[in-house]
Amino acid sequence: MTTYVLRRLVVTAPTLVVISMVVFGILALAPGDPLSQFASNPDVPAEVRLQIRHDFGLDQPVPVRYVKWAAAFVRGDWGYSFASRTPVSGLILQRVPTDLSVVGAAYLVAIVLAIPIGVVAAIKQYSWFDHLATTFAFVGFSLPTFFTGVLLILIFSVHFGWLPSIYNTQVRAPGEAVKQAIMPIAVLALFQTASLARYTRASVLDNVRGDYVRTARAKGLAEPAVVLRHVLRNSLIPVVTLMALQLPVVFTGAVVTEQIFRVPGIGALLITAIQTSDTPVVMAITFVFAILVVCFNLLADLLYGVLDPRIKYT
Amino acid sequence: MAVRTRTLATAVSAPVRTGALTAQRHRTLWGDVRQRFLRHRLAAAGAVAFLLLVLATLLGPLVYHVRIQDVDFAAATSPPALAHPFGTDDLGQDILARALWGGRISIAVGLAAMLIAITLGTLIGSIAGFFGHMADTLLMRLTDVFISIPQLPLLLLIIYLFRDALTKRIGTGAGIFLLLVGVIGGLNWMSTARLVRAGFLSTREKEFVVAARCIGAPAVRQITRHILPNVVSPVIVAGTLAIGSAIIAESTLSFLGLGFPPDVPTWGRMLFDAQNYLTIAPWMAIFPGLLIFLAVLSINYVGDGLRDALDPQLVV
Repeated sequence: MTTYVLRRLVVTAPTLVVISMVVFGILALAPGDPLSQFASNPDVPAEVRLQIRHDFGLDQPVPVRYVKWAAAFVRGDWGYSFASRTPVSGLILQRVPTDLSVVGAAYLVAIVLAIPIGVVAAIKQYSWFDHLATTFAFVGFSLPTFFTGVLLILIFSVHFGWLPSIYNTQVRAPGEAVKQAIMPIAVLALFQTASLARYTRASVLDNVRGDYVRTARAKGLAEPAVVLRHVLRNSLIPVVTLMALQLPVVFTGAVVTEQIFRVPGIGALLITAIQTSDTPVVMAITFVFAILVVCFNLLADLLYGVLDPRIKYT
Repeated sequence: MAVRTRTLATAVSAPVRTGALTAQRHRTLWGDVRQRFLRHRLAAAGAVAFLLLVLATLLGPLVYHVRIQDVDFAAATSPPALAHPFGTDDLGQDILARALWGGRISIAVGLAAMLIAITLGTLIGSIAGFFGHMADTLLMRLTDVFISIPQLPLLLLIIYLFRDALTKRIGTGAGIFLLLVGVIGGLNWMSTARLVRAGFLSTREKEFVVAARCIGAPAVRQITRHILPNVVSPVIVAGTLAIGSAIIAESTLSFLGLGFPPDVPTWGRMLFDAQNYLTIAPWMAIFPGLLIFLAVLSINYVGDGLRDALDPQLVV
């Protein structure tokens, strides 16, 4: 196990390096100047512009800039935002609480809903509940999040006027704070619930026909005990790994939902940064997302081994 | 004389052929697949719905002669009525006409991106699975890297950075189309590559492939003639589902304002434009959104049906 973890870590590090090189390369090769806002400003004389380029290190060759960026990033220095002239790490950290609460709540809701739905649908295969759950799942992952968001706004903000359509971080009253978070959470949760429920159903179906389930029934166990203690425990192994794999996807996917409801999360920051050519911010956020993906992939692999002793690491 | 012999020949062979048919129903691999697919009612309905959508977007503009760029401020944001079945947008443009045009583009992006993803995935998976060793290690590491890349941020980034340069060189519509299709396809080949590689690993050492190798079939012939036909099923399913996800990807980018320019209506772009008029003209958002939903839902059902139909372990 220890050697396996070490080997996986050895593979993980180069993956991250390659990804950072790719993103850095794209940004460096892109046509257009990240400092165009200075270039188009007539108040900035040419020598000052050159000085700024020099200060940011933009007059150096790309590989040199990459090495410098990487070294600084590892030390925790993520550079300064061109747009707001504040440290990038501060900008990102400022957004983390909002992101974690909205995305985290959505993911929790999805897990709490999806597992019972998936289990019941599988146990009662081809029943009306199963058909309903399957339809719900198909609708859930065929509805693009931006359309679900717009629909919810149309129904609950425009038509009924119950919920605010814009997320406001200045809100202090707990009731209001919950109210404004309902729709973004619902949009994110719907999509996740659909795919997780579908996956849980398939996994339970794989296990329900196992010999050990027949044995459990044969020795006279009550049906709830068979399902909860025997079937569910085995069925959840792949589901738990999928949950770990999906978490970073939820974070990156939240970009769209944040845009609809104006939630000031990391995704919204990324969109603004891309639109203002704020290279250091774009680079840092993309790379943080990449780290999330890689780490959770690793976590999923390790979890699989911990939860399923049948898997031998070689 | 020639005519006579032919009638004679058919006269003789016809009863023989029908006899064979009644004795043993003629079955083929793809016939079975089709039968199993049609038995999956929702999948069949999905296929019909998607074909209807494609036909509507192809033929609709020929029948429904409203021009998409006609600006008419007097009729701006008018609700669905006989003159404008889907209503009009903030500029008084007809939404049905724009939705039909937009459908062409959205579906074309979906199909083209799918083709790129499937081609790349099959190519990479075949090479890795067939040659193994160094090629396999290298290509699978590459696949791992691509899987770890956060998709949406990279899509946004590439499109934002390269849109202007590319459109300057080859024109607005074509430039963005190529960019979108290339980037969406180029970031979606990984699952296909893994499936194809797994299929190659299990098929490569089967007797019929070894036999082909022994009589001196070159690598390309072994791959295309003997192995690929046996690993094509999961690729078909993955390809079908890839159309849906590509349509969603294109709409997402357009919805964030990073897709086609405003004068090219796509479903996502129309939703983007509708955002500011939700209170006064909800139909601007509902119709394009429903079309995206319908297209993706029908594709997902088709994919599900194909997965069952192509699974040889399920009996008819």
